[in-house]
Amino acid sequence: MTEIALQAVELVRRIEGAVSHTLVNGIDLAVNKGEFVAITGPSGSGKSSLLYLLGLLDAPSEGEVMICGQPTSKLSESDRADVRLTKCGFVFQFHFLLPEFTSLDNVLLPMRAAGTMAESEMRERGLALLGSLGLAEHANKRPNALSGGQRQRVAIARALANRPEIIVADEPTGALDTASTEQVFSILRDIADQGQTVVVVTHDPALAARADRRIHIVDGKIAEITERGGGELVCEVAS
Amino acid sequence: MNLIFNIAWTHVSTRVRQTLVGMAGVSMGVGFTIMMAGLMQGSQLDFLRQLVDTMPHITVEDERRSVPTQPAEQEYAAVQMSDIANVGKRPGIKYPESAMSSLRSWIPGDVAPSAKTTAIINHGGARIGITLSGIDPRREVQVSKLTSQMREGKLDDLSRAPNGIIMGEALAEKLGVKTGNTVLLIGGQGVQLNSTVAGLYRSGLKRVDESQIYSLMGPAQVMMGQSGVVNQLRLRLNDPMSAQKVAAQVEAQTGYKSVSWQEANADLLSSFTVRDFIVLTVMGAMLLTSSFATYNIISTITHEKRQDIAIMKSLGMREYAVRRIFIIEAAIIGVVGILFGWILGYLLCFGWSKITIFNPLTGSTVPLQIYYSLTHYLIAGGISLVCCAGAAYFPARKATSVHPVEIIRGAS
Ligand SMILES: Nc1ncnc2c1ncn2[C@@H]1O[C@H](COP(=O)(O)OP(=O)(O)O)[C@@H](O)[C@H]1O
Ligand SMILES: [Mg+2]
Repeated sequence: MTEIALQAVELVRRIEGAVSHTLVNGIDLAVNKGEFVAITGPSGSGKSSLLYLLGLLDAPSEGEVMICGQPTSKLSESDRADVRLTKCGFVFQFHFLLPEFTSLDNVLLPMRAAGTMAESEMRERGLALLGSLGLAEHANKRPNALSGGQRQRVAIARALANRPEIIVADEPTGALDTASTEQVFSILRDIADQGQTVVVVTHDPALAARADRRIHIVDGKIAEITERGGGELVCEVAS
Repeated sequence: MNLIFNIAWTHVSTRVRQTLVGMAGVSMGVGFTIMMAGLMQGSQLDFLRQLVDTMPHITVEDERRSVPTQPAEQEYAAVQMSDIANVGKRPGIKYPESAMSSLRSWIPGDVAPSAKTTAIINHGGARIGITLSGIDPRREVQVSKLTSQMREGKLDDLSRAPNGIIMGEALAEKLGVKTGNTVLLIGGQGVQLNSTVAGLYRSGLKRVDESQIYSLMGPAQVMMGQSGVVNQLRLRLNDPMSAQKVAAQVEAQTGYKSVSWQEANADLLSSFTVRDFIVLTVMGAMLLTSSFATYNIISTITHEKRQDIAIMKSLGMREYAVRRIFIIEAAIIGVVGILFGWILGYLLCFGWSKITIFNPLTGSTVPLQIYYSLTHYLIAGGISLVCCAGAAYFPARKATSVHPVEIIRGAS
């Protein structure tokens, strides 16, 4: 029996306003521990919105997100921040590194914010992470001294800092060249193979093809689920 | 905490010019506030000191505070009497010696008798109304600084010259008299007395120097036409600030109207209160404006750092922790600014104390009196720090309350 790391139950996210808008419209999804899930879909279909909900960055209008079996809809804003700090790692299209800090300091940021490790232990882990992503010699450089691909890898190292159960990435290769894209792909694949759960939004069919499962979203709903290896599995979506 | 301080430090240290402007603003506010406080309190205390040195701390007069009630008023509640002359009442304090020894037994200070009357001084065609106080030189030294205010002659000289008087230098100048000259005193009852100027004093208070004359008890009583009368007791206290309280007790014990120096100078003191209020308002406004530069820099930083704020929050840092970064930045600016402000304030005070001004009260040139007080430094620093924290809090709260998704969506 595989363990479920992340589960969405009838997830709905609505924007209330002069014109109400439903970004995510009733999504049910269970992601196993160590699974690599790719979310695809046309632009504006609600992929990012779904990812923010799954990573507890945003709160659903209806439904529930369960992280390692724990429901999260009743949590306060600061409790959700705590869960993000230790259980979710974020990677965005833009790296969002702090410009005044070195790569290492950027990677140390979540560990320092959590404050559970000794400084020496944190540095050791930070350097190991950067090393494993091929950034050993860039540890003391600031973001503006790095290439786009290097910055994105630093951002991935930062997402991994607190050993989160779940990594959510929103078009992490959207702004990268082909070589860097390939590098980032294999890093994410490795992460999943080592047992962490990865949910990545991508436009890139090549990346989607390397996922364990591909979930296609249209208009905030799951339109299609494709399992790797096992042919096409078309999901009937109630409309 | 370390992390937050680290980020805060990075923000301010990479904006040297803005940070220095912020610090300079705080320094100037604090420095000038300290200077103003020192000058204001210095001049005020100087003036009060002069007042307290010159005047009796409490004066007991031979009158009641309220007009004695009339028998008819005691009898009928509806009757109101006015314009009643107090006829037939002998002036003076009853049994002054026993009253004084009773007072001496409990007041923290000393008491001396005097016979006070008004008279006209006539000399070379000039006629000037004055107050004549008959004193007892041996006791006077206990209750007034007259001895040390003497410019010519001594208190004891009063008994050496016939009908000796001591007058203020200012009055002597006005009349054109010198020590040893004779002047004519004319009393209310038409009594005339040739008096010899035995000495000159200067209290520094113009209105005293120009109108207050001292003699022995005898001549003053002659001028009043009441031999042996003592119509005023003057008290000097170890702690002049307790005068109001003691005056009330004296009044309760003796039944005579007892006026503390504060009451006698209530108009002056209330003008001080108004002045204090104005100056405090100006100082508060100065400290507040001095934190505007800090507000400006924190607003700029929070605006520039929107993305950093968003990512720190999305990584799981609590909002208040992120907000604290900017409060700490303001505190860094504030604390350094305050330290330099303290130095500036001290230097300004020191500089002013080297400046001498002509004092029209005393007619002499004196250095500006500066009051140095640790309290000024602490209060100016404290208010400034609060202003800086406030200046940071509002932009920081605004910036950190933005939902990270809004920024992240906008950036990608
Ligand atoms: N705050 C908002 N108010 C109104 N519409 C929004 C808001 N945020 C996103 N949208 C819209 O919701 C839709 C889904 O957005 P998003 O989840 O970013 O799609 P995707 O990532 O698949 O491109 C888009 O059409 C977007 O313009
Ligand atoms: Mg998107």
